[in-house]
Amino acid sequence: MTTGSSSKTGPTHKLVEAGITLLIALFGVIVIVGSLKAGINWGAEGPRAGFFPFYIGIFIVASSGINLWNGLRDDNDELFAEWGQLRQVMSVVIPTAIYVGAMPFTGLYLASIVFIAWFMRWLGKYPWITVLAVALGMPIVTYFIFERYFLVPLPKGPIEEWLGL
Amino acid sequence: MEELVNLFHGFAVALQPFNIMVMVLGIVLGVIIGVLPGLGGANGVAILLPLTFSMPPTSAIIMLSCIYWGALFGGAITSILFNIPGEPWSVATTFDGYPMAQKGKAGEALTAAFTSSFVGALFAVIMITLVAPLVASFALQFGPAEKFAVYFLAFCSFVGLSKEPPFKTIAAMMIGFALAAVGLDSITGQLRLTFGVTHLLNGFDFLIAVIGLFGIGEILLTMEEGLAFRGGSAKINLRVVLQTWKELPAYWVTSLRSCVIGCWMGITPAGATPASFMSYGIAKRVSKKGANFGKGEIEGVVAPETAAHAAGTAALLPMLSLGVPGSPTAAVLLGGLLIWGLQPGPMLFVEQKEFVWGLIASMYLGNLVGLIVVLTCVPVFAAILRVPFSIIAPLILVLCAIGAYSVHSSTFDVVLMLVFGVIGYLLKKCNYPLAPLVLAIVLGDKAEEAFRQSLLGSQGSLGIFFSNTLVSTIMILGLVALFWSVIQQGYTRLRGAVA
Repeated sequence: MTTGSSSKTGPTHKLVEAGITLLIALFGVIVIVGSLKAGINWGAEGPRAGFFPFYIGIFIVASSGINLWNGLRDDNDELFAEWGQLRQVMSVVIPTAIYVGAMPFTGLYLASIVFIAWFMRWLGKYPWITVLAVALGMPIVTYFIFERYFLVPLPKGPIEEWLGL
Repeated sequence: MEELVNLFHGFAVALQPFNIMVMVLGIVLGVIIGVLPGLGGANGVAILLPLTFSMPPTSAIIMLSCIYWGALFGGAITSILFNIPGEPWSVATTFDGYPMAQKGKAGEALTAAFTSSFVGALFAVIMITLVAPLVASFALQFGPAEKFAVYFLAFCSFVGLSKEPPFKTIAAMMIGFALAAVGLDSITGQLRLTFGVTHLLNGFDFLIAVIGLFGIGEILLTMEEGLAFRGGSAKINLRVVLQTWKELPAYWVTSLRSCVIGCWMGITPAGATPASFMSYGIAKRVSKKGANFGKGEIEGVVAPETAAHAAGTAALLPMLSLGVPGSPTAAVLLGGLLIWGLQPGPMLFVEQKEFVWGLIASMYLGNLVGLIVVLTCVPVFAAILRVPFSIIAPLILVLCAIGAYSVHSSTFDVVLMLVFGVIGYLLKKCNYPLAPLVLAIVLGDKAEEAFRQSLLGSQGSLGIFFSNTLVSTIMILGLVALFWSVIQQGYTRLRGAVA
């Protein structure tokens, strides 16, 4: 598989890392706020529910501060990824998000068939016969292994109901 | 002596036909997981965990641990034939394994790798058989402060021994602790960090995090790298196997050293990856053929493979005897035990003897079965790798979704899995280690409980963690592990100044 673009441009590592570090710090702040709501002092049962996570939140914010400082000081001009590479990543993330979002409405089987077929046809450029064989084969094998043999129920939609599965 | 009797009982359990069947099935699935990029041991075990819900716990843990052994074996196949380490601990195997394959010695390299893996695992299992009951009976005397000290030591070892920057390791670990704290507080019964979201009442399940961080994250990384598989053919026959076996005893010193390194790194939760690198590095420095390392030296395959397998196996010792897993995969296995209502830790040896010894016996048998399966089926497994990534990737993604859904039969978990996947991709690219994050999610509740109970006993004084020799020793060991790199730097500087 090749990347979609040959140009060497993209977001810098430094920039993305700083962004991620700030997001982690924000998460730390949320943890601190949540802990304060739950109570961080001493109660009848000893330390209250927010006591432990409060200090965890402080550790997150403090270590993020150090990581941010270290990251900005670093002379790292490398790219985080090229735009073409990020496009490749997004070409998986977006359809997977649609697949996951559709699952409660269509059930797992129909969503999986469409998802596998799309992936193989669009990214792999396979002939329809191969696409159909894999896209239909996988859910059928899954049904027999998980639901019939190991008795693990999977989410079903209107089609499975209509088929009486 | 009592251990020996228990072990024989264990063999009687492991040798039941159903258990042998799940053992072979586990090994085959594990090798497939190890061979496929984007599916690691931890993730594979997490996805397949629901399959074991309908089994008796002993059979279930035998199957899951065999998936683990299989994944350890499988990593070597891709490293040697395709120069693609299917698992991080197989990276050091590529240094000499792939050059050997290019010289047409793939069969020799694979035989050496599998046999060394077996030797490493066998050494570690013997160690577990002898040491685990002792550690467990010792740990029975632990109070909350000692328990917390053990968790503290485990987490500090991660910070000190990790190759990632220490503050990134701390940040990742603390994120894990914070996620573990979400939901119902087990001591006061109060809700915390849920911010009114009902889906968060039960907190974050670490299995969902594992599937997302390791499974989806890895697929995204592979997509970005634009992986193409090009590899040599894998011809392996009885003549090659026997010939290599004749050659291997010459490297017994390397093997023994690697076994010890592996066991040590597995118990202190540094894991299989640093063990394999350390073992390779020392072998290169000490060996007479050190200059040839990297050009296709069989000793360069023996060293990392022995250490990685010994470490992977030894990681189960603290999990069984103390309830502290030594690796992410061991953490997933621990999660499995909790799901079946078994409490890992010293009491397991008292209350669930049949289970513990059945598992230990299955480690002996599972590795033997693994060796036979991989030696006979290499061409089949190598063929799996020739299936293009655009077919494998959606199948893995669907499997991940099934695994995530099955944990609580909830589609919200599948959404969480995807979120964790994107987070895993970003964190990994930014050099944040994921293993301590996962371990913190698994152990967060227990560590917090031990911490709060200790403080309750001491009326809030932290002095309780240094109140007797045992707890002080463990805490000081933890602090040494935490500042290990600083201590090492200081020592090197001091030596430089003296010289």
